[in-house]
Amino acid sequence: MGVLLDENTRLVIQGMGAAGAREARTCLDFGTNVVAGVTPGRGGQEIEGVPIRNTVQQAVDEFDANVSLIFVPAPFAADAILEAADAGIPTAICITEGIPVRDMVAVKRYLRGGNTRLIGPNCPGVITPMAQSRAGIMPVDVYMPGNVGVISRSGTLVYETVDQLTRLGIGQSSSVGVGGDPIIGTSQREALELFEADDETAAVVLIGEIGGTAEQEAADYVRQMSKPVVAFIAGATAPPGRRMGHAGAIIAGKAGTAEAKKLALADAGAAIAQSPSEIGSTMQRLLQERGLV
Amino acid sequence: MKLHEYQAKAVLAKYGVPVPRGRVATTPDEAAAIASELGGKVVVKAQAHTGGRGKGGGVKLANSADEAKQAASEIIGMQLVTHQTGPAGLPVHSVLVEEQLDIDRELYLSVIIDNSSGMPVVIASAAGGMDIEEVAANTPEQIHQARVDPTVGFQGFQARALAFATGLDGDLLRPATALMTGLVNAFEGSDGSLAEINPVVVTKDGKLLAADAKFNIDDNADFRQKDLFEQRDRSQEDDREVEAQDAGLGNYVKLDGDIGCLVNGAGLAMATMDAIMFQGGAPANFLDIGTANNPEAVVTALRIIGADPDVKAVLVNIFGGLARTDIIAEGVVEAKKQGLINQPTVVRLAGTNVEAGNKILDESGIELIRADGFAEAAQKAVQAAG
Repeated sequence: MGVLLDENTRLVIQGMGAAGAREARTCLDFGTNVVAGVTPGRGGQEIEGVPIRNTVQQAVDEFDANVSLIFVPAPFAADAILEAADAGIPTAICITEGIPVRDMVAVKRYLRGGNTRLIGPNCPGVITPMAQSRAGIMPVDVYMPGNVGVISRSGTLVYETVDQLTRLGIGQSSSVGVGGDPIIGTSQREALELFEADDETAAVVLIGEIGGTAEQEAADYVRQMSKPVVAFIAGATAPPGRRMGHAGAIIAGKAGTAEAKKLALADAGAAIAQSPSEIGSTMQRLLQERGLV
Repeated sequence: MKLHEYQAKAVLAKYGVPVPRGRVATTPDEAAAIASELGGKVVVKAQAHTGGRGKGGGVKLANSADEAKQAASEIIGMQLVTHQTGPAGLPVHSVLVEEQLDIDRELYLSVIIDNSSGMPVVIASAAGGMDIEEVAANTPEQIHQARVDPTVGFQGFQARALAFATGLDGDLLRPATALMTGLVNAFEGSDGSLAEINPVVVTKDGKLLAADAKFNIDDNADFRQKDLFEQRDRSQEDDREVEAQDAGLGNYVKLDGDIGCLVNGAGLAMATMDAIMFQGGAPANFLDIGTANNPEAVVTALRIIGADPDVKAVLVNIFGGLARTDIIAEGVVEAKKQGLINQPTVVRLAGTNVEAGNKILDESGIELIRADGFAEAAQKAVQAAG
């Protein structure tokens, strides 16, 4: 049911500061099984009714935590991801923005071949509405259970997309924010693989961005998929060479342009939404054509 | 953050990369003194954050201290216009005065982050002194690469392979591998996002030197690269962009259009620009306010947008996640009350605390154009801008 999160999710939140505590409350209210928080030095306390431990290992040993949601500040975030991996957490979701690239180079290398999947960093997290399971910062009201998977590099643009889908009566199986940084744990292509293998998911929306070649790599996989894909690429009108907030969005060479990415995805068989306001309606048309609604 | 050439060379020298003899000067007299020390024959180079300095008149050869003084007096104080700067150009406050090199050949060397592999990659080419992107497009066989695995670092065999591939063999092999290793160490030790030596010069007497250098530092590493960030030259950056940064507002980029944009999230901000263009308008800026959960930050953002003479209408497009729409609404009302935005203003709020946000706007009594959806907001903003 959905990807990465389901009714068996036992969430530990690393970094129970103001943001972590606030999001813990929203996760709990949504129905998520938040089993523990980790803030070094505050072990034994409770925040928002959630028991706090000093280390991720303690949260795993005591509560069998299997997903970690990370809010630890950027200078210490790489350490927090590695701690989750070392404790054997299968899925670590890092919200933190602004982690130095050099730290992520080390993290990415350490995780290679291991048993921990990293989502993010600099992402809105993951939500599986049917399982009432949320590990992220997204506003829950816009989501509804359904059969469309959503993948995005951007945070707020994914809320926009999901809002469009929900208003059209199209629910979501899961929504995965892969993150806006140059080095991320799970690529758009890998997220597509997860949705392709998920029984609940009938179709996927892919929200890409200018910069890099991740969308082209995703397009290679779209070609092999049995499920239809709608794609939108943000930044068609951005001037080249400028950093548009996401460090990953610097256009370097022609491969990084919105045009090149749209071409690659369209060539692989994805339906392209040209305007950001047409992502929902493009998916609606596709589902109708394929008899999936 | 970008370093000037002289700053970049100081970093490289610290890591054992050989650079030409020379120093930075801020006055023509200083330039003359440095030229005398170097024996008279020098090159005088404008220090500005742009490529193409030579074509813009920012690099001059001088064969005596007097000529160096003359060249420096022409360059210091100029607005250097190149293909990268736009028509306004960049101010030049200093020159790098360096010994002239007796050039045998020129090569290219850089380190960048390869997003796909998640590792730094060293790029080398025998085609130096040229636009490397053109070399990559036209003669990709002249581009050689080696990934730097963080578990073991840059290895000797990798440096040797790059050296042989670019014709740096014989007596040049050891200096070449040392130079490459120094560059990689400088990149790693300084949290580089780009370190480029173009050209690496082989002199007629067989020396290897970094004749030019470009070095960008990862902005996210400012907390542990304090020495480098103290060298930041704000005169090379757009005033509004600097003000936005100082106010802790995610990221502001000035653009050519007339619709000022305030958006949360980089992806939504880019999509908002796309939606404006789709409706036939043009954005005056990119601004991602991030999770600015205090009304003051919103007021500052709107002051920057409102003060931009190009702006004929303002579009506030917020989809609250971590950011709260009620706080954004307070900021918009406050900015309007203070008269910071006199342009027609379209506001579209959605997401976290949207009822509270809309209530604040409703009860403020301030004239705002309200929009519900994304396309509607963009359309109304384009209309308002005329």
